[in-house]
Amino acid sequence: MKRFLLPLGVFALLVIVLAAGIYNAPKNGSKEIVSPLLGKAAPQFRLPQLSAGGAQLENTTLLGGWHLVNVWGTWCPQCRVEHDTLLQIKSEGRVPIVGIDWKDEDSAAVAWLSEFGNPYAVVATDHEGRAAIDWGVYGAPESFLVNPQGIVVEKLIGAMTMEAWNSRFLPHLAAAPATAGAGT
Amino acid sequence: MRHRGQLALLAALCASLWTAPSLAVDNTPALPDPILQQRYLGLTHELRCVQCQNEALADSNVNLAADLRLEIHDMLLAGKSDEQIRDYLVARYGEFILFRPRMNWHNAWLWGAPGLMLLAGLGIAVRVMRKRSSLPITDDDEPGTTPAA
Repeated sequence: MKRFLLPLGVFALLVIVLAAGIYNAPKNGSKEIVSPLLGKAAPQFRLPQLSAGGAQLENTTLLGGWHLVNVWGTWCPQCRVEHDTLLQIKSEGRVPIVGIDWKDEDSAAVAWLSEFGNPYAVVATDHEGRAAIDWGVYGAPESFLVNPQGIVVEKLIGAMTMEAWNSRFLPHLAAAPATAGAGT
Repeated sequence: MRHRGQLALLAALCASLWTAPSLAVDNTPALPDPILQQRYLGLTHELRCVQCQNEALADSNVNLAADLRLEIHDMLLAGKSDEQIRDYLVARYGEFILFRPRMNWHNAWLWGAPGLMLLAGLGIAVRVMRKRSSLPITDDDEPGTTPAA
């Protein structure tokens, strides 16, 4: 009986390791990447503003107040899904939303915003997708919470929901003194 | 005349065979320098497409993969080293983008495990061999013989 103890122990250990692997496996088959940007300064960018006659938007805009940076596009179905949530976040008025319109047509973006409502304080257009690469975006929509010092403190990949907003984003704002963002 | 028509048909058929390579996923313009192009191919094959995570950048027809290929293409032209390009992508997408993970304290045990297991195996083998060699030689034809101490 005693001679089976070691193999049995090894087998039990193997079962535990494999079970842990299965339970920790991503549900939808692909892994949500933890952004290396968290805790770091938001990337530099300089992009033309949507329908602003060539005015540029730079990341200095993000300094001095909390901002929610939302990467979206009219070609992105999940962006339509989250749109009403963004409108609700805007109406709560805790933080201005800065949109980055990723690889999109300006005319399509303008039509989208006039049809569904505009949750954004300002929208930058990233036609070539270079700024999106700097932000580490790989699946729109993605949302980043940037603090007044310009540090990215939270990131959500996929459609924003009120659950995610309340549980992951609001606590950061609640912990900080309420200062209105600079917006435009 | 009829002969000529058949020849033309044959030529057309042969020509149609040449179109296959143009179906390749990667349509980033080739780099002028063959050495750079070689490095480009190496990099795009060892970097992951983060959107379709089991494909390499070179094999993915997702928009973002095309953008990243162009980015790598431009960085190679600008004279960046392979390591600088990898660092650039890791800073944005994390270590996950590397199909060949780097060694760090996080995964050191994984890199060390095969060596440790080999050592453990050697240790067990040596012990068993020592034990066996210290046993008195018994005749195989006499099962059940207990060795004299």
